[in-house]
Amino acid sequence: MSASFDFSLARVGAMTLRYSYLLRSSMPRMLEMMYWPMVQMLTWGFLQSYLIRAPGGLVGADKTTIAAGSLIGAVLLWDILLRGQQGFSFSFLEEMWSRNIANLFMSPLRPAEFVASMMAMSLIRLFVGMVPVTILAIWFFGFNLWALGLAFAAFFAILIVFAWSVGLFVSGLLLRYGLGAENLVWSLMFVIQPLGCVYYPVAVLPYWLQPICWALPPTYVFEGLRGVLVDHALRVDLMLAGLALDAILFTAASVAFVRLLAAARRAGTLLQTGE
Amino acid sequence: MALDTGPILRVEGISKTYAETVAVKPLSFALPAGSVTGLLGGNGAGKTTTIGMVMGLIEPTSGTIEIFGRDFLKDRYHALGRMNFESPYVDMPHRLTVRQNLTVFGRLYGVRDIKGKIEELAADLALAEFLDRPSGRLSAGQKTRVALAKALINEPELLLLDEPTASLDPDTADWARAHLEAYRRRRNCAILLASHNMAEVERLCDRVLMLKQGSLVDDGSPAELLTRYGRANLEEVFLDVARGRANGAAV
Repeated sequence: MSASFDFSLARVGAMTLRYSYLLRSSMPRMLEMMYWPMVQMLTWGFLQSYLIRAPGGLVGADKTTIAAGSLIGAVLLWDILLRGQQGFSFSFLEEMWSRNIANLFMSPLRPAEFVASMMAMSLIRLFVGMVPVTILAIWFFGFNLWALGLAFAAFFAILIVFAWSVGLFVSGLLLRYGLGAENLVWSLMFVIQPLGCVYYPVAVLPYWLQPICWALPPTYVFEGLRGVLVDHALRVDLMLAGLALDAILFTAASVAFVRLLAAARRAGTLLQTGE
Repeated sequence: MALDTGPILRVEGISKTYAETVAVKPLSFALPAGSVTGLLGGNGAGKTTTIGMVMGLIEPTSGTIEIFGRDFLKDRYHALGRMNFESPYVDMPHRLTVRQNLTVFGRLYGVRDIKGKIEELAADLALAEFLDRPSGRLSAGQKTRVALAKALINEPELLLLDEPTASLDPDTADWARAHLEAYRRRRNCAILLASHNMAEVERLCDRVLMLKQGSLVDDGSPAELLTRYGRANLEEVFLDVARGRANGAAV
């Protein structure tokens, strides 16, 4: 590592430019970024409509609000988490697939700058993929995620930092173990889904599992979302706890990334990346 | 410009061991400015590992590497902007055009007038006709020219080349060698070249380190090695070394 900390926005910009060239070169990829979130939103949105209207379903003004917000809100926030992580990891995978890792790690690009560019791309991909879907959710189901205001800002911050933490850790594993670890990019977040209590409260889970759920920042977001929709109040204590956990996990992921990069240098795997 | 005195690159006793396998036994050499040193050896001789250690991509098990007079293993970033490399085993993003790839690397290396530099490289290396073509749609010869352009984009004072003409036809390979020679003369650049192409080493290098199974088995200029082994060309010397035939020299 460098003896002194040197961070160049110009180099971050160079890498962001590289990924934006890639994004702009493929219209199908641009559409794909919107496709899955849209399918998810429509599926869960129509399911929620069915649950509300079905005989013996969730009828009644309050329950309708709860059902609508809980399902569509949860699915949109879940997609922010999932796509945020995949947007980060996908940029990294691109370097592995194109055998470009050695070029980058032998250039003046610092690991922190590389990571910052992947964070930027994760935000850009989210913007391209999710903004149209949140607008469609208003049109189809009358659910406006943006109307959550400050609560949405807090949810987004907690989810995106957690997404980056997972992305960073997986990228470290890819550096060390090569493309054999690629499946983690696509699957690791789905392990988090049942424990993050995306669609149900923590209280419904077995007592012994609940501490594990509370160790994951997304749990605080989805509990917070239900709190906002039921009680019409943002649970600041949940948001602070989620952000504090994020800080711990992001630090841990950064340490893991640095150590896995060092291990990759020792094992010589930086020169052996690619398909 | 390099203001440092002494060799551009000084390697002292670097070795690399993977678990039980010794890839490179303690190896020392130095590269003065304007010199071309060849690492010559067969498959598994330790050439790529040695280059990888000097690139900072592989951590040596022991030894020190000094580049531009400073400890490279403790602070590689002071040197990375002043060096570069080319290898047929490392690619550039396939779906980006040649111009886009060079623009990104130009920015990473802090090149001031990137557009001008790309035009200059395009003229020097005959890239103009495919500058706006995706890198993945280039022939092997075109890819080599682009890789060379990327390696020269920051006008490196230390250039590391790992089998730079592998898989090229003789005409393109000759063209690439001529260009490297011209660049070295113009920039007084030090070049470390790993190859098992004897003609290439004989033509480009003023010093050759002969490696076998991770050990340095001989060292000298091409002319010295030919005299020492009593051979007409480096290929015969290589075969003597590879097959353990001393032929008058200590192998």
